[in-house]
Amino acid sequence: MDVLNLTALELAEAIKKGEITSKAATESYLKKIAETDGDINAYITVDGENALKKAEEIDRRIQNGELLGPLAGVPVAVKDNICTKNLKTTCASKMLECFVPPYNATVIDRLQESGAVIIGKTNMDEFAMGNTGETSYFGCTKNPLSKELTPGGSSSGSAAAVASGEAVIALGSDTGGSIRQPAAFCGVTGFKPTYGTVSRYGLVAHASSLDQIGPIARDVRDLAAMMDIIGGVDPMDATTLSTEQGYLKALSGDVKGLKIGIPTEWFNAAGLDNEIAERVKSVAEVLSGKGAKIIEISLPFIDFAVPAYYIISSAEASSNLSRFDGVKYGARTDSENLSSLYKKTRTDNFGDEVKRRIMMGTFVLSSGYFDAYYRKALKVKAVIKQNFDEVFKSCDIILCPVTPTTPQKLGQVQDPVSSYLTDIFTVSANIAGLPALSVPCGVHSNGMPIGAQLIGNTLCDKQVLNTGFAYQSEVKL
Amino acid sequence: MTITNREVNYIAELSKLELDEVSCDKMKSELESIVEFMATLNKLDTENAEPLTHIGNLTNVFREDKVEPSFDREEILKNAKNHTEECFTVPKTVE
Repeated sequence: MDVLNLTALELAEAIKKGEITSKAATESYLKKIAETDGDINAYITVDGENALKKAEEIDRRIQNGELLGPLAGVPVAVKDNICTKNLKTTCASKMLECFVPPYNATVIDRLQESGAVIIGKTNMDEFAMGNTGETSYFGCTKNPLSKELTPGGSSSGSAAAVASGEAVIALGSDTGGSIRQPAAFCGVTGFKPTYGTVSRYGLVAHASSLDQIGPIARDVRDLAAMMDIIGGVDPMDATTLSTEQGYLKALSGDVKGLKIGIPTEWFNAAGLDNEIAERVKSVAEVLSGKGAKIIEISLPFIDFAVPAYYIISSAEASSNLSRFDGVKYGARTDSENLSSLYKKTRTDNFGDEVKRRIMMGTFVLSSGYFDAYYRKALKVKAVIKQNFDEVFKSCDIILCPVTPTTPQKLGQVQDPVSSYLTDIFTVSANIAGLPALSVPCGVHSNGMPIGAQLIGNTLCDKQVLNTGFAYQSEVKL
Repeated sequence: MTITNREVNYIAELSKLELDEVSCDKMKSELESIVEFMATLNKLDTENAEPLTHIGNLTNVFREDKVEPSFDREEILKNAKNHTEECFTVPKTVE
């Protein structure tokens, strides 16, 4: 049995049937990580000893006939901004280099209760700020498909680990595209659920009104299985919604009559690579062959989404990161007075991009600029949401690119604004709180994968996943 | 829009960050280009829009006012660099 080439659900099935033990599967993945990660740098922490102990426990419980979750015994990689009790959680920052959380994030509790095995913590952009993996304090992750290229970010390690075979499934987080973009760049599948569907308790906050935890895996079925484990209301996160599970069950592959909207303005966006546009449109043809209807729609606010996103997210980030002051946890640069303690600790231990975003956020919230920038951005958010509400009256799913280009070279110096603009297709789903899926849809002539994005209406996560499933059932990439 | 060095230093003070002269100049020019980019929003008419803070319709999500155990003090102090048996410690704040 080629363990490393099974999907998460196939592996879970094999473990349940006794064809392989969770311990053997975990050992195979640990071996792969040991062989590969020196090069790829997808992991910050590998928790081999505890993972094997947990795997043995799961094997015993399965042998005793205990019914466990859909991914019982499967090793799972977790982005390093999700708190894991007694296991270092660094957010890829010098600030939290030695931080060991005293509690689990809710998603981790749910994973453990369902019998999954946490194998390690994956690399990322520092505090989830970035889209290339290069702001990590622990060195950047490389794209396994072409190692001089970026794997994307900020869930760089999670996407790279799944693509390189160092993980069968991983958790990431998405504030402005941080699951979908690295998934597209690494040729894997990633999902950002509707805002409020997955608890953020234990996710180190970047922008609290935009962040969502979501899965990255080899196919949509695996994503759905993970959603069944991690989704659902949580009393520890007051922004969670009462949703019904049953994501995997809802994958019928039936898209007859489903209306797929193609946003004209998005496909005419400056800088969108022609091959990407064509490959993404080809997804529409496949779905049309299965009975879906394709219609043109208008989403004219694409030029405003990125500046609005950066105002809102940096404002929230500046507030969220004020907790890092050297006192309760994290790094500390001792000083003679309190103000100096805060300043030196933060200056010494945050990277450049984090400082830039804190400064941007503080600026837009400061007296004299609050109305012109922050309040204005919140009004633009309302207009963008309204536009989506209108569009979803005439279509069910929006099909669009994930990224305007394929991955760039690592080490390429870019001014901040140019790098922010590469998020042009992903930020709107975060601004409007909508579910959005990235599925591989082909290979560029330069050899790199292309991702297509499917965006659904609020709480239509199952429909989005089902559409992706229908596409993947038809096209073997 | 031009941002002055004074403004950069003020924002740095509010952010509790220290910028030396070189970083201040770099930050100033980066902030200027980012702020100019953000000003794109002025092209969009939002006269009739109300600021949207929370997506969704949740308001006042409360729990029962019941006392429940919190974390163990020792656990919480573990991650702090400077602490006594009971508290986090900081430099003197009041003369």
